[in-house]
Amino acid sequence: MSSSELTSGAYIKHHLQNMTYGQHPDGSWGLAHSAAEAKEMGFMAIHVDTMFWSIVLGVLFLWLFRKVAKKAETGVPGGLQNFVEMIVEFIDTSVRGSFTGKNPLVAPMALTVFVWVFLMNFMDLLPVDWIPSTVGWLGATLFGADPSHIYFKVVPSTDPNATFGMALSVFALMLFYSIKNKGVGGFAGELTLMPFTSDNKLVMAILIPINFLLEFVSLIAKPLSLSLRLFGNMYAGEMIFILIAIMYSAGIGMGIFGGFLQLGWAIFHILIVTLQAFIFMTLTIVYMDMAHSEH
Amino acid sequence: MNINLTLIGQSITFFVFVWFCMKYIWPPLMSALNERKKHIADGLAAAERGQHEQKLAQERAVETLRDSKSQAGEVINQAQKRAGEIIEEAKGDSRTEAERILIAARAEIDQEVNRAREELRKQVASLALAGAGKVLEREIDEAAHSKLLDDLASQIQTG
Repeated sequence: MSSSELTSGAYIKHHLQNMTYGQHPDGSWGLAHSAAEAKEMGFMAIHVDTMFWSIVLGVLFLWLFRKVAKKAETGVPGGLQNFVEMIVEFIDTSVRGSFTGKNPLVAPMALTVFVWVFLMNFMDLLPVDWIPSTVGWLGATLFGADPSHIYFKVVPSTDPNATFGMALSVFALMLFYSIKNKGVGGFAGELTLMPFTSDNKLVMAILIPINFLLEFVSLIAKPLSLSLRLFGNMYAGEMIFILIAIMYSAGIGMGIFGGFLQLGWAIFHILIVTLQAFIFMTLTIVYMDMAHSEH
Repeated sequence: MNINLTLIGQSITFFVFVWFCMKYIWPPLMSALNERKKHIADGLAAAERGQHEQKLAQERAVETLRDSKSQAGEVINQAQKRAGEIIEEAKGDSRTEAERILIAARAEIDQEVNRAREELRKQVASLALAGAGKVLEREIDEAAHSKLLDDLASQIQTG
């Protein structure tokens, strides 16, 4: 959307706005035409672009892996099977290394988290204008809408809804297995009887609130840090791509310079994309391990 | 960047994906991987067993070779001994045969000598008779004196 009438600020804002479908204050349902309208919709709205891309990428992952799993041979594996098995082995090794309990959910969840987050992050490497301008053009051609009011964010992991959605799901599973394995009492004890302990009952009674404060904060910090780490990294990366993209409208010299910058940042971003997926997966495994092991 | 229903949608999506992966993707892949691991382990074990057997076979071959070598040596020794024996036997046989031939020859020579002596004696007698006949001419009656001369001849023979 680098049309000449747009200012840099508007360009950036346009790129950072999700396509939001929800109820307008006047009661009608539809897409938000501006950031303010999207805000007015409140909680009862949905980011169409985030949902679309996360589901498309997730289904792509599941379809690809299912295809291999269905005809997995024990003989010499072919190219695609080799690739899939390499990832599965890698996940399996990570889970075996960090997860000491017994739960058939953890390894598949780690695999899903890793590949799904990787694919969502990977959308960051597509040039920032490709898909949004295509969608804008389609909207303008098919529905006669104003392209500057069609928002489309391609990277689901730059939407805090996506990262919080995953992190809170992991958190819910963590709480579920903590209570399932240790009982409500054991889980409450873990929250209140550590790290400070005393043999004196009166001192212990004073220590319990302090312990609870510390442990509760660290418990709440888990999903927050898990989601915000991924979101922050991806959002910042996306922002830099957008800033580089602005340089293309500042003359041929800046454009060429921007091209090299984009190439460099994209190459560096491959590392971040993979690393963030790996960190998210590893922390998921570690949190699940915490839910299964006694302290 | 508003928090809205997307959060819940993403959570549902997440659970569905994890469930699908747990149900349809992870188990077949892991079983294939484990089965291949087992195949490879079996193959390696078989290879090791084969190598071990080959080593044993080589040892056996070396032992057999050594055995057969010593047997061959024994056979050669025996053969040599037997050859020596045969030569000795042949030597003994030929010596006795030579002696026998010698004895026979001697006996024949003796016989021959006796016969010659007899002949000689007969010739001497007839010679003496002829000589005497020549000397005496007709004075001597051949019939009357032949008995005398025969006696003389037998005397010579015995003497």
